[in-house]
Amino acid sequence: MDYFLVSLIKIAVVFGAFMTTLAYLQWIERKVLAHIQLRLGPQRVGPHGLLQPLADVIKLATKEGVIPANVNTFFYVLAPFLAVSLALISISVIPFGPAIELFGVRTNLELASVNISVLLILAISSVGVYGIALGGWASNNKYSLMGGLRSSAQMISYELPMAISLVTPLLVLNTLDLRQIAERQAGGWFWNWAAFSAPPFVFFAFIVFLIAAFAETNRIPFDLPEAENELVAGFHTEYSSLAFAGFFMAEYANMVTITCVATTVFLGGWHPPFPAPYSNFVPTALFWFFGAVLLFHGLMQPARRWDRFTFPIFGIISLGLGAIFLVAATLLPIIGQILLPVFWFVAKVGVLLFIFIWVRGTLPRFRYDQLMRFTWTFLFPVALGCLLLTGLWVAILG
Amino acid sequence: MIPFPNLDVLAFLVLATFAVLCGLSVILQKHAVASALSLVGVMGSLAVLYLMLGAEFLAAVQMIVYAGAIMVLFVFVIMLLNAGSEKKGPPRYFAYFVGLPALAVFLGLIATFILREMPHTASVQFGAFTQGGPAPVGRLLFTQYLLPFEVTSLLVLIAIIGAMVLAKKEID
Repeated sequence: MDYFLVSLIKIAVVFGAFMTTLAYLQWIERKVLAHIQLRLGPQRVGPHGLLQPLADVIKLATKEGVIPANVNTFFYVLAPFLAVSLALISISVIPFGPAIELFGVRTNLELASVNISVLLILAISSVGVYGIALGGWASNNKYSLMGGLRSSAQMISYELPMAISLVTPLLVLNTLDLRQIAERQAGGWFWNWAAFSAPPFVFFAFIVFLIAAFAETNRIPFDLPEAENELVAGFHTEYSSLAFAGFFMAEYANMVTITCVATTVFLGGWHPPFPAPYSNFVPTALFWFFGAVLLFHGLMQPARRWDRFTFPIFGIISLGLGAIFLVAATLLPIIGQILLPVFWFVAKVGVLLFIFIWVRGTLPRFRYDQLMRFTWTFLFPVALGCLLLTGLWVAILG
Repeated sequence: MIPFPNLDVLAFLVLATFAVLCGLSVILQKHAVASALSLVGVMGSLAVLYLMLGAEFLAAVQMIVYAGAIMVLFVFVIMLLNAGSEKKGPPRYFAYFVGLPALAVFLGLIATFILREMPHTASVQFGAFTQGGPAPVGRLLFTQYLLPFEVTSLLVLIAIIGAMVLAKKEID
């Protein structure tokens, strides 16, 4: 019964946090892109456009869901369901923190303990292409079909380097369980993380994994399936309302999942980059610094009229969060055991997600033949080379 | 009162029924894409059965290789050729008068064979087998079954090279 109840609570928390992340990731992306391009980004709905995701959800939910004539209705409706449900499953095997003990109940900070979780994630991500391919095909539209075809070809091609570069650190860590993978990178310092530990080839595998991850999630510079200037909107041209929202959500969910996997396998999961007594105060320092910057800009030199009120409010919230982390780290270890690992995990995922957005704001799109040549003649051999050299290293020195 | 069957049997029946229905759907669907997706359904339910029998590694590989790679390629090719749905042809009396009885005889043969050869013992318990993880499978593949494993990989390599040679001839 305990197990059932604890699982329900964990599911509720993870689901809520995941959905909020998906909604606000899009706000963050628009803001970051805007600032890269010297614009302001969403600014109208709420202070600094903070309620924009809510407005988008309401808009998409109340829009008319059009099913065009001559589409294959069954597959047309099935495709977004498939895309979004497959994208949401993978988060259930990601470990967010170590095993904790709360009110006498011992539990892991993850939804499901699977001893082959890496394989499970690979399986789900390899099936995930059906949503996009079917959506493109069922729409009965030449642009959608081209988008669906491109996406299947691209995802099959980039799955190979992704899977091979994911296997490379597993040779060193010697397990397929994401929880054990994260636990075996403990040691206090960041050079214990798989990407920076003994065989130097694992770091190249990490880079290959990140590049392949851009392609797997259909992000710029590999967003050929939805290239606007060639294919209108690619595979989701004919979709509107919640069906479109499904595809949109699936893309962001895949992005979060793949960065979570990268964090767990290559960047040591929830482990801080340097040992515990000192790293416990990093969150407090970061939040207080951020709060002080906000207070200074809001009170001393507000750029806009509303900043005089909004910046100090967010600054005070940030100072409060810093205080919470300080209390959790020093006085209340029962809360600190949850907050601190989750902070480090979220921080690493956040940095990787920022790189995703940064790349989108920086790089132009590949041409289709460049895309294919890049993976088969460069990325795949590099991933294979990393795997073989790491295998040799482990066989000789391990 | 009918005794409630244990959950193992129930789970097996649900998955097996789903697999058989998907299998029928593969040949009954008019559209090639629908057939291919029904095949994915068969593979998915088989993977779940493997998983429940304790063959975790096999289940994951089934999903990654068959459902995730091979069937995606199938669907890709069908979409690329843009095959339309099939038209219903004139009725084939040969199929009705020879095919159906032959099918019935064949099914009867299989049923009698199974009933005679397989003794009626206790059914398989899900969870009884625990040697299906990646480590035991890998150990077997690299010790006891090393030769078949290597021969199979060589065979696949030959097939790849053969496919490339054939495709090249077509282009030239």
